[in-house]
Amino acid sequence: MGTLAFDVAHLFAGGLVLISFMLLYQDRMTGLINIFALHAVVLSLSVAWQAYVQHSPHLFLTAAIAIIFKATIIPLSLQRIMVRLRIHRDIEVVGGVGVTMLLGICLVALSLVVILPATAAADPLAREDVAFALSVVLLGLLMMVTRRNAISQVIGFMSLENGLILAATGAKGMPLVVEISVAFSVLIAFIVIGIFLFRIRERFDTVDVQELDRVRGGGR
Amino acid sequence: MNGFAVQPVDALLIIPALSALILAFLSGYRLTSRINLISSGAVFLFAVALLFSRPAADNYLFVDDLNVVFVVLSTFIGFTTSAYSASYIGHEIEVGKLKPTHVRFYHAMYQSMMFAMNLALLANNIGLMWVAIEFATLTTVLMVGIYRTPEALEAAWKYFILGSVGIALALFGTILVYMSAEPVLGEGYDAMVWTSLMRHAAAFSPRLLNVAFVFLMLGYGTKVGLVPMHAWLPDAHAEGPTPISAVLSGLLLNVALYAVLRFKMLLAANAAAIAPGPLMIALGLASLIFAGFMLYRRDDIKRLFAYSSIEHMGIITFAFGMGGPLANFAGLLHMTMHSLTKSAIFFAVGHIAQVKGTQKIANIRGLTESHPVLGWGLVAGVMAIAGLPPFGVFMSEFLVVSSTFARQPLLAIPLAFGLLVAFGALLLRVIGLAFGEPSDSFGEVEASIVPLFLHLALVLLMGIWLEPHIAVWFQNVAGMLG
Repeated sequence: MGTLAFDVAHLFAGGLVLISFMLLYQDRMTGLINIFALHAVVLSLSVAWQAYVQHSPHLFLTAAIAIIFKATIIPLSLQRIMVRLRIHRDIEVVGGVGVTMLLGICLVALSLVVILPATAAADPLAREDVAFALSVVLLGLLMMVTRRNAISQVIGFMSLENGLILAATGAKGMPLVVEISVAFSVLIAFIVIGIFLFRIRERFDTVDVQELDRVRGGGR
Repeated sequence: MNGFAVQPVDALLIIPALSALILAFLSGYRLTSRINLISSGAVFLFAVALLFSRPAADNYLFVDDLNVVFVVLSTFIGFTTSAYSASYIGHEIEVGKLKPTHVRFYHAMYQSMMFAMNLALLANNIGLMWVAIEFATLTTVLMVGIYRTPEALEAAWKYFILGSVGIALALFGTILVYMSAEPVLGEGYDAMVWTSLMRHAAAFSPRLLNVAFVFLMLGYGTKVGLVPMHAWLPDAHAEGPTPISAVLSGLLLNVALYAVLRFKMLLAANAAAIAPGPLMIALGLASLIFAGFMLYRRDDIKRLFAYSSIEHMGIITFAFGMGGPLANFAGLLHMTMHSLTKSAIFFAVGHIAQVKGTQKIANIRGLTESHPVLGWGLVAGVMAIAGLPPFGVFMSEFLVVSSTFARQPLLAIPLAFGLLVAFGALLLRVIGLAFGEPSDSFGEVEASIVPLFLHLALVLLMGIWLEPHIAVWFQNVAGMLG
């Protein structure tokens, strides 16, 4: 049981990091959304596995939120928003794919260097999980920085958030994980599906953040 | 509600939550703004009641000397701002900048924000505190974007993105703190509850705590508005409704700072962990000096005072980073003074922008002549915030500088330099705004000047005579902060 539990958890967490890399270089909107859905599915599997291994049934709720909300509802609504906004064009990546990937690799190395020595005393499963989780968080941040399009920034943020859920479920017996994932879902639901993109669409006819920069008031 | 049948702690959460629910369904601005006012007033009264009756800590909520200071201060400013907001929003509806449906939304969000902030301050649980601060961010994002102009949407978007990233980093730090506590306290709630964390902090893994603190400092520091994570703050202050600028500066920044302070105490209780002070001192000084220079280049009056908030949060963070009884005392006092003064300034600025029809500094001149009450109110507020005697900010800044001189004379040089830079900028601006040939005005506004002068009077009073009970109280808290 011990090594199997470890290996499977490892597989899912590593898969999440890999999919984060796929998000980084994906330059088509539809592809981006599909890969994000995959990200959420893997997260949900990983959380479900932790729920099973740690015997904490409430984590299944978090897994369910991930698969229903993040892997289904959010991607579908994003697709609809995209159709309404007519943005099936490619999205621009600042700095180019190669540089971004290299930066991503550096970030993963950084998170290993930071987390592994600091958690020497902790449970090995938890510490690897947290190191992977930090990589996912940092890759999400990188994606938010390199993308200019509002939808891809939101996807970057959601992948970042998936990393946090991975860390929270990896920390053994952490309470309030379900509440935290609900709070995050509320945050995302409010912003993503709802008001913001529609309002931005209303006012700008585009969701490109650079457009937002263009209209900003002077003097800052 | 008869006195203490309801525990004040619960009332602090139930009243705003219920009001938010009720206000979400009521229309009619006069009625809703009155409910908003009454509810905020009741919350303030219950907060004062906390000074006398304190419930025992449980897994979710607790009250101690530190958070009582924050709760009383925030609920007081929440109350006065709701009074101010009534006249401000009334005018916005009259001129058609806000639709009645938006007002319903606005009031519901205002109460939700009060709920979230009280919850964050009273939470005895690092996870609950995080959820509350996240919720407070969400409500303020929605309020900042309420005018739906391109600028307001951009400000809200920027605030949302940066705020969420900050919040996400803070959650990662929170998880790491749990992981460091879990081997000692076992799985479950104990390892997330402040009271038990503080008792056992000495046994936690110091390296994990160190990493955690960096994330927490950057995460919650974003919400404090520290340089270089401050980019959201000026926009959010400038483009949202002015009552929201007042509560952002007066409350929300403090709530985030409270979170940082709690974690600082946790690290201080672990001898092997890094001292959190230097990081806070560096971020504080950077904020102070950067914002001091940025003050010279502002052409928008609300942005000007937003940068002044960054500057003062820098001073406060610096003071707490220095640590020790005197610097902590100075930091607490400065935080109180800044909250009161800055919200007073925003009260004046909001009405000024309404009568002048603009926020551009270049188009606002001669206020003391055209609108003597608002004009002199602004002058008094700027005098106070710039740190001139006899106002309270002078005293607290003086304490910060003198305690720094006593312990780290070298650090006192950049500190004093930053203070002088900011002082010059504010004085330069206020002369242009307040004196000279008055610029054109657009209509009159039924200004509510009571909150403005109430705050200024308090700042003046505390500058001249610090009530002994408050002084003793702050000294105790300063001792707690270590």
